[in-house]
Amino acid sequence: MVVSRRIVLTGPGIAWIMALLVIPCALLLVNSLFERGIYGGIDYVFTVENYVRAIDPLYGEIFWNSARVAGITTLISLALGYPAAYCIALMPKRRQMAFLILVMLPLWSNYLIRTYAWMVLLNGEGLINRSLIGLGLIEAPLPLLYNDFAIIVGLTYAYVPFMILALFSSISKLAPELREASTDLGASPLMTFWRVTFPLTLPGIAAGCVFVFVLSIGNFVTPDLLGGGKRTMIGNLIYDQFLTARDWPFGSAIAAIVIFIMMALLTLQAVLVNRRGRDETTA
Amino acid sequence: MMRKTLGLGVCAILATLSSAAFAEGKIVISNWDGYMPKELLENFTKETGIAAEMTVHATNEEIMGKVVASGGKGYDVLFVSGQFGEALHKLGLAAELDHGNMPNLANLYPEAMKLSHDEGLKYSVPYAWGTTGLCYRSDVVTTAPSSWNDLLKPADALKGKTTMLATDRWLMMPALLALGYSINTVKEDEIAAAKAQLIETKKTLLTYDDTTFYQKLVSGEASMVEAWDGWCNYGIAENAQIKYVIPKEGSDMWVDTMVVTSASENKAAAEAFINYVLKPDVHRWVAENILYKVPNKAAMDALDPKLIEQYPNLALSPAELLKFEQLRDLGEGQKLWSKTVTEITSAN
Repeated sequence: MVVSRRIVLTGPGIAWIMALLVIPCALLLVNSLFERGIYGGIDYVFTVENYVRAIDPLYGEIFWNSARVAGITTLISLALGYPAAYCIALMPKRRQMAFLILVMLPLWSNYLIRTYAWMVLLNGEGLINRSLIGLGLIEAPLPLLYNDFAIIVGLTYAYVPFMILALFSSISKLAPELREASTDLGASPLMTFWRVTFPLTLPGIAAGCVFVFVLSIGNFVTPDLLGGGKRTMIGNLIYDQFLTARDWPFGSAIAAIVIFIMMALLTLQAVLVNRRGRDETTA
Repeated sequence: MMRKTLGLGVCAILATLSSAAFAEGKIVISNWDGYMPKELLENFTKETGIAAEMTVHATNEEIMGKVVASGGKGYDVLFVSGQFGEALHKLGLAAELDHGNMPNLANLYPEAMKLSHDEGLKYSVPYAWGTTGLCYRSDVVTTAPSSWNDLLKPADALKGKTTMLATDRWLMMPALLALGYSINTVKEDEIAAAKAQLIETKKTLLTYDDTTFYQKLVSGEASMVEAWDGWCNYGIAENAQIKYVIPKEGSDMWVDTMVVTSASENKAAAEAFINYVLKPDVHRWVAENILYKVPNKAAMDALDPKLIEQYPNLALSPAELLKFEQLRDLGEGQKLWSKTVTEITSAN
């Protein structure tokens, strides 16, 4: 009875994960071991050539640059998101909901439209440059668009809500008594934050950072539009193999390598968080 | 119980999906969004009694991916560029056409029968054709550009005010033409020379842009862009100061074609659709609507002269057009091309 109920309850979830995660990833892995047909498509001849091709400094550099852009985005999101989440967590419960809805509100409109909106704001003839010139603060338009700066602005804007939500759930769980105890024992607010609040919200920080980093490093729309196509990120590289070069096996090989690196990082994060948890309970 | 309902639900969803895709007697056409007058299908159904459904694709590569994955099932007529029609043919996904079902082929220019990717139109019928050149603001660029080098090595005033097309074939093309190479070259030294130039050029570019380049000209963000002639016309429509020129080193000659899938179960109806598009007044209406040249002599002869006055590149004759090389599928050379393009777009 218990076993059958367990199957009924977990069945849909497992079926969902199998159909939409495990099987596609397995297909990706399988495809990466075949040859590209001369006119696109896949020739079912076994080869490891795609992986040999992928181990090229060119692609390593693209991965490194993508990680750099995603890393900067993550740090800025954390710097912006932590104070915001902290403030919301300290509010009375009924106001929290209103602010959380405000945080999520932008996610209700289309990503592409929000990206185009940034182009309208940032371009050389755009609102910001025109206003600054009109105010006499600058003479020539600032290069705000079609560079790494614009990509990082766009990614931070898009993904900061995920950071705030992850941090909020972590900070709001924190018992206020702990902070009070720290104050009573003579710690300054800064010390309380650094020695009590911050360490206890590390799991939330880790979760938020993983969200933002993983979403950013795989993004290809923002580098294309806000970066003006002049910065190839790993997402663009994979996209181009599938949709321009029609080289599905090679695209699959790069995607498989990225998935592998991401899984290694996530496992590392999980291990670290677990170890911390254990340390605290044993301490 | 719950599982049973779930199963039923899945069945119902599958049934709806399959009935939509394989409705009997209906032909399914895939075209680029906005590349055909909206009422064309309705008129076709009214005239022939054949039901037709339209789906859209954003790029050649997108529809290629779908068709290669499904063997073409669910599609009857595809609008693709010539080199992609060629690839579909080589993959056995394009049907051999029965010219007997398409008497309106006689309306085409004789030159349109001699396309290098498909001599005699055995499996593809041209829909629109044209060139790729420089589209610029004549009020900002005071000396009219005449060479691809005006884009590749821009004058100081134009630095940061130019864009190039982002798709591999057109990203490489200006450099290949300026260096005097074939636009279909797969020779490593020629590709390397073009790459070196394009990495230099990248430093002067505003963006790589396939979709909004004419809007950038209109807004003043850009002063000169690499553009397909018809898209430059969209810019001209908004600002009469915008002009189009084919550089002296030449252009590609691109052709967008209609291909019937070999998986089509309504091949005669699909050919009837192509035949309908080739009717002089229909194809003329297409040209006036999308502002691209069509390879239909009867249609082009009937074009409103005012339109040609406003968009002079519509007047380019087929003989002049055919002087340019046509883009061909690169086959094995695609790997070298895509790596080279990655090297250019990721260069600092």
